[in-house]
Amino acid sequence: MSVNDQVLSYPIPSETPLDPPKEWAELRSGCPVAHVKLPSGDGARLLTRYDDVKQVLADPRFTRQLTAPDAARLTADGGGVFNSDLAQIIPDSGDGHVHWRRLVGRWFTAKRMAALRPQMARIAEDLIDDMVKSGAPGDLRASLGFPLPVYVICDMLGVPAEDREKFSYWSDTLLNLTRYGKEEIDAAQAEFFQYMSDLLEDKRANPGGEDILSELLAAGGPEEGGLSDLQILVTGMALLVAGHETTANMIGKMVGMLLADRTRWEALLADPSLIRTTVEETLRLDANSGFGLPRYLPVEAEIGGELLAKGTTVICSMASANRDESAFDGAAEMDLSRSPNAHLSFGSGAHSCLGQSLARTELQVVLEVLLRKLPTLELTVPAEELERVEGLAVGGLRTVPVRW
Amino acid sequence: MKVIVDEDKCCGAGSCVLLAPEVFDQREDDGIVILLNAEPGADQHDVVREAVAVCPGAAIEVSE
Repeated sequence: MSVNDQVLSYPIPSETPLDPPKEWAELRSGCPVAHVKLPSGDGARLLTRYDDVKQVLADPRFTRQLTAPDAARLTADGGGVFNSDLAQIIPDSGDGHVHWRRLVGRWFTAKRMAALRPQMARIAEDLIDDMVKSGAPGDLRASLGFPLPVYVICDMLGVPAEDREKFSYWSDTLLNLTRYGKEEIDAAQAEFFQYMSDLLEDKRANPGGEDILSELLAAGGPEEGGLSDLQILVTGMALLVAGHETTANMIGKMVGMLLADRTRWEALLADPSLIRTTVEETLRLDANSGFGLPRYLPVEAEIGGELLAKGTTVICSMASANRDESAFDGAAEMDLSRSPNAHLSFGSGAHSCLGQSLARTELQVVLEVLLRKLPTLELTVPAEELERVEGLAVGGLRTVPVRW
Repeated sequence: MKVIVDEDKCCGAGSCVLLAPEVFDQREDDGIVILLNAEPGADQHDVVREAVAVCPGAAIEVSE
């Protein structure tokens, strides 16, 4: 039976930690709008080609209204971040979305991120020093990848340092599609919501802070061109979840991919000017980026030569699109100097990742500091023995065991 | 080379500024693109072309 005439279970498992499932290439060439069955048992259509994924992500007909009555549920109990009612509080489309995006986007400009570089480098240096102090071997994921983005986004939001661990737990739970049950996810969401309410209360009582939340409060309510209290709260939650787990996992995967073939690490040591393009290339080739982006179609539309009925849910696999030979020369090969590199790992169009400059800067800084401080870094296990984290909307490696 | 930007298409991702800070900037109040140099010198052409290719909003055009 070929991929063309079966309904695949989605996500499609891969046999090795850093490589894609072989089905992706088959789907791209033979069945680019595939029928898949989600963990909930509901059906959806899976897009795997670059052009189709890019078009859908930027096409307003493909909405994020995953709470529509006839939208596919991602998991059996309807939990997870994409199906949350909270996800609907931030305006999803039209002028409301543009307004929200511009109010928040000013905090994530490339210039602001460049200004954060020294602070990020210090955080990375301290975390690496702590890992080295504990002695080799170490787990780069737990020692560096996970804490760094939480520290950075907590600082940006004005969350006290002692509460960072709570955020790790909440963002892990909210992004989880199968590991936690609905009760745990709901409980975490309620705790997180309460914490953010209290934090905003505190910031309102003590105005003048220079963090994102303080300034969103200072901008006033909707009548003054600002956001409602609930929108600010949900924005804070969304930025924490989006700013943490994604980059945290990518740091581990990036280092894992580069050390899997140590000639890559040596090339970077010899020529650190490759860091920028290397970060983009690891983002492109990340075969374990998670679920992909679901979209709901409230009208009939054509994609990839197929007419999709009103009410269809599609899943965009950016990770597969990023390996499409029609969009990238030698798509399966890692080219540390690839340029341009128009991968879709941050999405595309009006909803493309708001924090992409933050993520890029964090990844570049982490790589720079690691190359400088631990040039002898290597994996303690063969790359094929690395283990994937199961069940996250954002994929990652369970541990990244290293010595130096 | 002549560069044109479309503010309505811009989603403020900042990838152009990360690549070519001498040619692009972002407005401080909302992150939307500012064109600093509509006719950049030859040393900037490669990074500007790259900015065109990777712009998530397809908001940059060049004519050469």
